[in-house]
Amino acid sequence: MAIKTETALNKTKPLDKKKTTPQKGGPPNYSAIAESTEFKSLKRKKNKFILPITIFFLLSYILLPILTSYTTILNNNAFGDIAWVWIYALSLFVMTWVLCMVYVRRANDFDKEAEIIFEKEKAGDYK
Amino acid sequence: MNVIGLAFFVAIVGLTLFVTYIASKRTNSASEFYTAGGGLTGWQNGIAIAGDYLSAASFLGIAGAIALFGFDGFFYSIGYLVAYLVVLYIVAEPLRNLGKYTLADMITARFDQKKIRAAAAISTLTIVLFYMIAQLVGAGALIQLLLGIDYWVAVLLVGVMMTIYVLWGGMAATSWVQIIKAALLMVGTVLISVLVLWKFNFNILGMFTEMKSITANGEAYLHPGVKYTNGLDTISMMIALVLGTAGLPHILMRFFTVKDAKTARSSVVYATWIVGIFYVLTIFLGFGAAAFVGSDAIIAANPAGNMAAPLLAQALGGDILMSFVSAVAFATILAVVAGLVLSGASAFAHDLYGQIFKKGKATEKQQMNAARLASVGVSAFSILLALGAQSMNVAFLVSLAFCIAASANLPVIIYTIYWKNFNTTGALTAIITGLFSALILVAISPNLWAADGSMAFTGEALFPLTNPALVSVPLGFLGGWIGTLFGARADQRKYAEVDVKANIGLK
Repeated sequence: MAIKTETALNKTKPLDKKKTTPQKGGPPNYSAIAESTEFKSLKRKKNKFILPITIFFLLSYILLPILTSYTTILNNNAFGDIAWVWIYALSLFVMTWVLCMVYVRRANDFDKEAEIIFEKEKAGDYK
Repeated sequence: MNVIGLAFFVAIVGLTLFVTYIASKRTNSASEFYTAGGGLTGWQNGIAIAGDYLSAASFLGIAGAIALFGFDGFFYSIGYLVAYLVVLYIVAEPLRNLGKYTLADMITARFDQKKIRAAAAISTLTIVLFYMIAQLVGAGALIQLLLGIDYWVAVLLVGVMMTIYVLWGGMAATSWVQIIKAALLMVGTVLISVLVLWKFNFNILGMFTEMKSITANGEAYLHPGVKYTNGLDTISMMIALVLGTAGLPHILMRFFTVKDAKTARSSVVYATWIVGIFYVLTIFLGFGAAAFVGSDAIIAANPAGNMAAPLLAQALGGDILMSFVSAVAFATILAVVAGLVLSGASAFAHDLYGQIFKKGKATEKQQMNAARLASVGVSAFSILLALGAQSMNVAFLVSLAFCIAASANLPVIIYTIYWKNFNTTGALTAIITGLFSALILVAISPNLWAADGSMAFTGEALFPLTNPALVSVPLGFLGGWIGTLFGARADQRKYAEVDVKANIGLK
């Protein structure tokens, strides 16, 4: 997966190890960044992505025990002697893998927007 | 135990000790001890997460549950897997961006107060203790069966091994033990699954048709409801499984072993693939055990079904495969308990001693000594408890640990990251309400009470559900919300900092 590009990126970016504060003195001005339009727009995009999907997968997940506890509709066979309940359960597996990949793809976009904020911060735009 | 079996055990013990020896040379600071210096790559940490997560309860417990109860056993597999979406979407990246060694670090990144740190550390220790006793009791019973040694010798054996890994090798050794174990577990599981499929002529439709008539449950075996007949209880258990993972201290701690949020993300993806494939294969383990071992033989070996997988291995591949699978089960237990010791020790030595008692001013040497001392302490204490808890139901202890994690840790994590007005009082009340509502509701539940005297206490249970997550998780969220209403106004500047750090990882 996106591991190759990751290491490539990290070479150019000194990360972690206590301080990565900009050379131009002092810690970042977090309040100014939090108020900036680019940060706000990034956060809005993130929330608009994360919230609906989280609600979706939690609901589709909890619907399974609700259906199996209070109805018998999933006991009907879908293929041969394989009942729908197995199909439902396995589709939750597929859902998990698909949403995992969807997340990584979107998060890579968010990384690019965060990179712009990093650059601006380094240039002293939020002082 | 035959010679081949002994050879497998010796090989695993030898290999893990060798890894510990190598790791010990590189474990000289607190950061290296707790997080392997944050130097793990995405795939390494991903496999280690899987190794940390796929406990004996998964491998032996779920295989047994599917063998005995059909679809109902598979509920666990579904819950344990979908939980990774909660980890990935909500917790992993902000946690990596805000924390250092422990969950308390992450919460105190916003609310820097001793009482918050203490509360988070206590909830961590409670979860670790329940989970650890579950693993040790299960390990003791299993190794007793596999090696034919006494229960207390078995617990002591596992206990000493886990202490050695953690004490000398810290997180680096623990991670590599988890990686080795995950690889062995996957090899064993895939091998058995292929053998099972082979027996069914690689015909999955045919396998389901045959399963209809193989067990005493008939067609019901393939439908839910063989074991779980109380709807609310099933739903409650499923809530604990899906939300609990994101609050388990030993899983959360794994995210501090990588250098940044991006690597944390990729490690969840690796873990999700491995864990997911494993859980799909539990169907074959379970069906295979039901078909080729039979439920009578499984129950005769262990009433909870924990011996289903090793017995299946014996039925399919004779003593050699059985020995291999038993050795894998042993490695599985070792890897999980080592991770637990480490997270318990971090709560003790880093949170309670280093940050609260020493006010964060402990020297590197003091921190290391405290970490090692705490590891020995946590190990010794849980070995003692496990020796006295032989008759406890393991599955109940594990589900309780998940329930506390979901009720006490998840609400405060989510509020801390996402809620602007959340404040110190709210953080404290969220942890306390979640922790105590889970503990109290379990104490008055059918897990401990039965009118016919079959449980610890005789009498009618005051709370009807065996897993209280349905009530205690909302209570944890509610507690945090009410506490916030009554507390002082949130420090908005501090939230701006946390918000920026959590979202983009700017330090």
